[in-house]
Amino acid sequence: MSIGKDLVAASATPLVLAILSEGESYGYAIIKRVEELSGGELQWTDGMLYPVLHRLERAGYLEATWGKSESGRRRKYYRLTQEGEAELAEQRRQWQVVDATLRGTPFHRREMIPQGT
Amino acid sequence: MLEERIAEWRDHVGRREAIQAGDLDELEDHLRSQVSDLQAAGLDPEEAFLIAVKRMGALDALSREYAREYSERLWKRLVIPPGTAGEGWNREATVAVALAVAAGVAIKIPELFGIRWDGQAGTLWFAQNVSLLILPFLAAFLGWKRALPARGWAGLAGGFVAGALVVNLMPFQPEGYTMTLAIIHLPMALWLALGVAYTGGEWRDPRQRMNFVRFSGEWFIYYVLIALGGGVLMGLTMLLFEAAGLDAEPLVARWILPCGAAGAVLVAGWLVEAKQSVIENMAPVLTMVFTPLFTLLLLAFLGTVAWTGSGINIEREVLIAFDLLLVVVVGLHLYAISARDPQAEPGLFDKLQFLLVVCALLVDAMALWAILARITEFGFTPNRTAALGENLILLVNLVGAAVLYVRFLRVRRGVASMERWQTGFLPVYLLWAAVVVVVFPVIFGFM
Repeated sequence: MSIGKDLVAASATPLVLAILSEGESYGYAIIKRVEELSGGELQWTDGMLYPVLHRLERAGYLEATWGKSESGRRRKYYRLTQEGEAELAEQRRQWQVVDATLRGTPFHRREMIPQGT
Repeated sequence: MLEERIAEWRDHVGRREAIQAGDLDELEDHLRSQVSDLQAAGLDPEEAFLIAVKRMGALDALSREYAREYSERLWKRLVIPPGTAGEGWNREATVAVALAVAAGVAIKIPELFGIRWDGQAGTLWFAQNVSLLILPFLAAFLGWKRALPARGWAGLAGGFVAGALVVNLMPFQPEGYTMTLAIIHLPMALWLALGVAYTGGEWRDPRQRMNFVRFSGEWFIYYVLIALGGGVLMGLTMLLFEAAGLDAEPLVARWILPCGAAGAVLVAGWLVEAKQSVIENMAPVLTMVFTPLFTLLLLAFLGTVAWTGSGINIEREVLIAFDLLLVVVVGLHLYAISARDPQAEPGLFDKLQFLLVVCALLVDAMALWAILARITEFGFTPNRTAALGENLILLVNLVGAAVLYVRFLRVRRGVASMERWQTGFLPVYLLWAAVVVVVFPVIFGFM
């Protein structure tokens, strides 16, 4: 199973914010973390993460600083800001609403009701 | 090996306008992390690199995402040429600005000898010499940039000196016909001579000549744009000082206007050079817009002449209008083929161009007929002879262009031969302009 494109896109913001709420990180590590958390089910096209990070940075949810990697390369680190924390809470509320709504529908029951019966 | 591949990849990705150096560093860091993880898992460097690049995603999609996030970057590039950080750019800018200042100073030097462009005799002197004062600096810039060989420098210098001697030492009748013709044709001849500097001495190469044509068109557009901005600047200068109770007009008329106009020649040339790969060239775009309009104009004119059945009236102003019109048509044709993808099939636009050329041919034939009638009736004058020569040259040019177009529309190839035909005419124009400047006064007794 692989997750559809729309859902990947929709989940990118809360995932990035949530992972960064664990502490400062950088692009490659974030992708590794997503893979690890989803058991490899959630696969991003690696490059696409960066425009998302930049969008969140410009929105003020993240703060970026240039640092060095363990091997001395230039590496850009991202950290959650206060606004980012608030946005994360807001995203959580929204996802909970979606989740709760889905729970009330046949979507969430073990056996789906066959059509026409 | 791996380093090489990564450098190539970086270079490739970096060509996208929306992705800038900082983004590249970030993406490279990602790529390297991925590669070293994959290598640690047992892959060889080559495989690891290929997989890492694949995982990065399609470059088009990626640059689209960046462009959506940073739409302003696509615009900023218009202001900051690529490789601005490079040393070469700075040096080129420095040279260009220094030469622009020099041109601005050069235009004021005659004043030390009492020749003022807004004075009685000065206006005429400046009309004769203005191109000789400014264009050498542009020639110097282009020649410097293209590392023009010594022979090219000598030829150019010779051309400028000869031009200066001819217009200043020949015993013209003040404000006579031959002098007016010389004043008009000298800048044209000198500009075409700039082609030697622009092509770095390889002026025989048709592709280089075409590049010079492109340069000329873009230069003209930049110059007009700078002139518009300069007009606003001067207007505001006068208004502001007027508010302060001072009359700024002498300052504007004696300093800002002449020095600015001279310096802008260099600045426009430098901008075209610095930006040729950045912006979509403007001249072909304007060509696309104006080809249908000029075709309509010519069709309407031909229709009117056919309807009324009257021949055309050849007054001096009308003659100039005809020549200008034909020059514009040849220019449209030239820029249309300069921007054409040689591989593309002939399309609607080519047919329109063909129609335009044929209409121009008819108009040119009519004009020639009228000029010849006039000459047989009243004899040769400098103006008529100049018009005759120019119309003949354009007639030959347009006939050739029409024939080549027919072949192109039929057999679907031959863009290159159209290009060669047009670029082959550049020396003819230069030669004719030189003849009008140098030979006409002698033949017509400086009248």
